[in-house]
Order: sequence, then C-alpha cells, then structure tokens
Amino acid sequence: MNERILHDYNDFVLPFLIGFVFLVSYLFIGLVRLIYHIPPKDRRKLLMSFINPRIFLKNIKDITFDCLLHIKIYKRNLLLGYMHFSIAFGWFMLIVVGHIEVLLYAPKSTGWQHLYYPIFFRYFLEQNGQTTLRGAFFFFLMDFFLLMVLGGIGLAIFKRIKSLAFGMRRTTQASFADTVVLYCLWAIFPLRLLAEGFTAGISGGSFLTKPVHYMFANFFGNDLNIMPTWWAYSISLGLFFLALPFSRYMHIPTEPLLIVLRNAGLKARKPRKGFSEAEIYSCPSCGLCIDACPMNVQIKNLKLSSVYYMRFLRRHNHEKTERIAGACLMCGKCVAICPVGIDSCGIKIVQRGTMNNSIQFDYNYLQDGKINLLSLLEENNNNEISSPLEEEIVPKTNIANKNSSPTNKEKVIFFAGCMTHITPIIIKSMKKIFVKAGIDYIFADANGGICCGRPLLLAGKHNAANEIIKANTKIFKESGANTLVVSCPICYKVFNEEYKLKGIKVIHHTEYINNLINENRLQISKNDDVLVYHDPCDLGRGSNIYEEPRNVLRKIGNLKKAEKEGKESICCGGSLGSLTLNRQDRVRITQSSLQALTYAKPDKIITACPLCKKTFAEQSGNIPVMDIAEIVANNLI
Amino acid sequence: MVNFGFQLNTSSRVNLDKFDKQKYDRLIKAEPDVRICMACGTCTSTCAAGKFTKTSLRKAILLLQNGDEKGAVENLKGCMLCGKCTLVCPRGINTRNLINNILKIYNK
Repeated sequence: MNERILHDYNDFVLPFLIGFVFLVSYLFIGLVRLIYHIPPKDRRKLLMSFINPRIFLKNIKDITFDCLLHIKIYKRNLLLGYMHFSIAFGWFMLIVVGHIEVLLYAPKSTGWQHLYYPIFFRYFLEQNGQTTLRGAFFFFLMDFFLLMVLGGIGLAIFKRIKSLAFGMRRTTQASFADTVVLYCLWAIFPLRLLAEGFTAGISGGSFLTKPVHYMFANFFGNDLNIMPTWWAYSISLGLFFLALPFSRYMHIPTEPLLIVLRNAGLKARKPRKGFSEAEIYSCPSCGLCIDACPMNVQIKNLKLSSVYYMRFLRRHNHEKTERIAGACLMCGKCVAICPVGIDSCGIKIVQRGTMNNSIQFDYNYLQDGKINLLSLLEENNNNEISSPLEEEIVPKTNIANKNSSPTNKEKVIFFAGCMTHITPIIIKSMKKIFVKAGIDYIFADANGGICCGRPLLLAGKHNAANEIIKANTKIFKESGANTLVVSCPICYKVFNEEYKLKGIKVIHHTEYINNLINENRLQISKNDDVLVYHDPCDLGRGSNIYEEPRNVLRKIGNLKKAEKEGKESICCGGSLGSLTLNRQDRVRITQSSLQALTYAKPDKIITACPLCKKTFAEQSGNIPVMDIAEIVANNLI
Repeated sequence: MVNFGFQLNTSSRVNLDKFDKQKYDRLIKAEPDVRICMACGTCTSTCAAGKFTKTSLRKAILLLQNGDEKGAVENLKGCMLCGKCTLVCPRGINTRNLINNILKIYNK
C-alpha cells in the first residue's frame, strides 16, 4: 500500500483532532485532580497495589471482563450484554487492528499522524496492485469488527424503542449532553461504513465496504462524495469526544480507573472528592438500579434511586443529594446488581456524616464505673432450669452427648440485640434450642443491652459508634466466651466488620442452628407446610448468607421460591438504614415485598431478622411471619 | 425576703416567651411527625439507652413544646439510634429522624 495524499494531511481530520486532544487533556487534568484529593494514606495504598502482582493481574482480569466483555451485563440479560459487548469489544478491536495496519503498511508515519492515521487509514492509503493474503486478512478483520459494532448500534437503537426486551422496565431520563453523545455514537459507525465504502475502490475493502462501494458507484458515478462523508465521519467523532466529559458516557474512560482504585482497597471518604469522584464519573446512568430500588413502588420516589443520586452528586446539587442520602434504605440491592460495581451506599453514608455533623451524642454513661456492664449478662447453666419454657425439656441425655462431641470446648455467648428484644418470641425460641441441644450459654443482654452501633454507623456517626463498640467489646471479652451467637443480622454485620473480637467467632443464629442440625445435636420434624424464605438485607447481600437458612427450612417443610430472592430480595421496608423515610412510604415497600414473597402462596413466611419479622407481621394478613429460630423451636423433636 | 415558713416552687408551666416558633417550624419541616405524638410514652418504656441514663423522647417532645430546649436536648443525648422506639410507636412516628433533627436544630 502507498500513501496517496500529499503531505499526508487533509483538513477533514481537524474536528477529530480537536475533539481528541480536548478529551485527553480533560482526562489528564481530571486524573491529577482526583489523585490530589485522595488522602496520602490511600495514595500509598494505590502505589503499593501497582507492585503487587496479584492485584495487578486482578486489575487486568477485571478490566477485560467488565469493560470489554461486559460479563456482568451478560449474566443479567443476554441481549443487553451482547449490545454492550459488541460496541465495546468491536470498537476496541477496530482501534487495535487499525494500529497494527499502520505499523505494517505506513511505518514512516510520525508525530501528529500517529493520532489520525489509524482512524482515517482508508483515506490516506491506496492499494497498489492485487490484495495480498495478509492485506485481505486485515480488510476482513476491519469489516468484521465494523459489522459487529454496527450490529450493536442497531440493538442500541432498538433498545430506545423497546427497553423491556433488554430486561429494563424503567430507564433514566437523558440529559442534553447524553443525547448529543448518543446521536454521535449512533452516527459514527454508519458514517465510517459510508466513508470507507466510498474509498473502497481506491484503498480496498472486504465483504462489507466493497459492496457498499459498488452500490454507491452505480448511484453517484463519481468520487466527489468522498470528501463530505469523511468530513461527516470526522465531525461526528470530534463532537463525540467534545461532549463526552459532560455526559454519562464518561463511564467509558473512568471505569478502568475505578477498577484499579477499588482493587487497591480504596473507599469513599468524602462525598464528592477522590475515590467518590471516580465512582460518580463511572456511573453509566444505565438505570438498572431504578428497577432494583425498593422505593420504586411509588412514582414520586423514583428519583430516590442511586442513579439519580450519582447524577445530582455530579452536578453538585446538595439539596437533592441530601434528600436521597437521608431516605435511602441502605438495602444494598443497587450495589449488588450494579454492572460497574459502584458502592453508592458507601458514598451516602459518608455524606450522612457531613449532614449530621452537628449532632452530638453523649455516651458518658457507658464509660467504666458508671454502670456495671457485666451485670447485663446472665449465665444460663442448663442444669438449673428456671424459666417455664425450659422446664419441659430435661437435657440429661444431651449433656452426655455434649461431653463426647468435639465442640464441647465452645463457650457460647448469645447476643439478642435491640430488635430481638421487641420480638421476645425469638429469645424464647433460642433459649429452647440452647436447652434442647444442651448448650450452656451466657445471655449477653438479658438485662437490657447496648445497641450494636450499626444504626449510628449508618447515620454517619463514626466516633459515636466507636464508643458503643468499645463498651460491647468489653462485655464480650470479659465473658470469656469464644462463640458469639447473634440473632439479628444488623448486629451480625457490624460485629463482623467493625468489631475487633479476636478469639471470638461471630455466628448468626441461622448458621448456628444449621450447624447444630448437621451435627445431629438437634432433631427436627418435617411437615408439608409451604414455606418461603425472605433474605434480610444485612444477612444476604450484607453478609453473604443465603444457603444456611434454606438448608434448615428444607428439613422442616416444603420450601418454595419467592418471586425475587437471594441477591434480588426486596427490603422489608423497616430498614434502619433509612433516616427520613416516613411510615406511609415504608408500608408501601413492605406490601410490595410481601407481594413478591407470597408469589408461591406459602403457608408461612420465614425470615431470619427480628426487624423484618416485625415489619412484615403488621401487613401480612393471615399468613404468619416467623423467625427461623421460632419455626425450628416449634418443630423440635 | 420575709421568711413565712414556706416557699413557692418556681413554676414549671409553659412560658411561651421561651418557645422559639421559628425553630419549631424548622423541626416540623424536617420531620412533620412531631405533631402527631400523643405522649403515650411507649418509646420511653422500650428505650435501650433509657435503662442507663435519662433518655426519653416523650419527655423531650413535651419539654420542647414547653420552651425548654436545653432540657429536650439533655433528654436525647444518650440516644443510640437503635430504632426500637420507631417500631413500637403506635402513631408510626419516624422517631430517629425526629431525634436527629431535634439535636441538629436545638443543639448549641
């Protein structure tokens, strides 16, 4: 191939060059600013992550899988996944193959030419003589990937008309910049096909560009149309780059950066700067979280979903971001399904911290000496049965079992938590289970306990929460126990994540009961009741416990699936995560969640969280809502 | 003062001069539920912090309406936001938001 244009330059490359240079400088300044806003400690973490080969490999893997192949979107919806894959991967390959062609056929290109040669290759080079096999191969590749992208664009246009076919009920309202970039994106590749089609007679082409060339040669009969199409192609590219930083498509360059920062272990520390900024610009505004958000049952609350939170944050709209941050239930569903993996709840909690900065709590009463923290707990030795519930069972045989069992060294402390204290049936059931299994346990908050601290953390009050965490840690440490059984997922999550309980194993009562049954320390009877299990947010999405409760329930009754369950389970509406949501709105969420749960017409709804139980019980009508401990205690043999 | 052998206690009745309408309106805007409280005291009876220290939402709301801002804040400072009161409130008041906003608006 030969270069056919004098000076290897034509004015039509200018729109592209201007757009491209603008975009690159914008991204560079943005990157410097972002790194400047990251606290020094995190910056060091980021540097260390580049040296660590494990993180480095993970970065490459994540960027390939998420940004190019879009595996996460495939898992959600095949068509939606293919649309993203074809545009991203096809375009990427066009760029790569374009550069290879330049290297092979125009190795003399220098300086500015490097920027526009791969893009407008077909204009600047002409074919001399027959196409070689190698040349034909590259022509084929270029046309193949162009066809792939065009297919993706076709799907994207179809998606605008019928988004339900892509598994999306609701989608976001596009801003002006979004619309400009969207139309540019739609125009770029058809224009490229036209432009390359017009020049295919000179520079050569393959199965796609050649037929286009012959078609137009018959229509127009001359080459005068070459210039307008190349200009149009260049202008659409230039406009795309110019508008990109102000649109949602900014996620294309930002997502790889977010992956690198996240893999380095960075977290949001300020609501709008540093790591949060990377998350804000990585949000593609796809709107998957609108369908996921439990608040979507009311049209007036549609704009409380995370996608709008990110958009308003980006626009520095404090009033609206504070409203959303206050109302969010922190159920984590939007984070769980986000194809980019943006932790919007993390940013919301940081913002709550700034919103609630002026609130001052005073936990002087928890200090040493003010109250005797150890007076709160109560030792329950099962040899001295006192409570009437426990009278029926005399665990003589079990005690013999216990001594021979391998876990007889375990010393159990049971923490009920605030929420379990207002659903006392769970405490009674747990006591019954402990007695039946012959376990000596300490009841950590028998005489009224201290909150676990998670509600304060959710309100952004870190320092206040730390005082409570300190007091609770003291109780657990001084009890001498090595297994902490918790009946509330809220406490469970915070004990696991924020407490430093070295030597104490934190275990949720669903896991504990499951273990007891598996070790044959509890025998339960099975009946035909149709059961459905509700995944509490903090236990399922929050702590990744999905299978243990289901294992237990399969041994008790006929466990059916809910309409939405596991990662997609809908919050009960009672969440402590929301600060400002009022009762009327919460009731609507509870009803929609119940609707999904009663899909299989269950006899009983089972959950593993006292808060969910209490919230559902008010609205469930004649279907009883039970905690897992309750149904196990009822079915003990 | 002449000693009559007895003395009068200072009045604990409402002193409307001390009641700050502007602040109260801000509170109502932030959490309208404050108006539907019927002072039944269920929140106070279940309160986790109330076991250890004087924390009472019921009392705080009453003091606030009687113009005693300082007393109201004192009665809420020990709150751990655990949310028990929200669950038991028969009027469905969003108590945690109410507590947060009282502390925000009336804290000096």
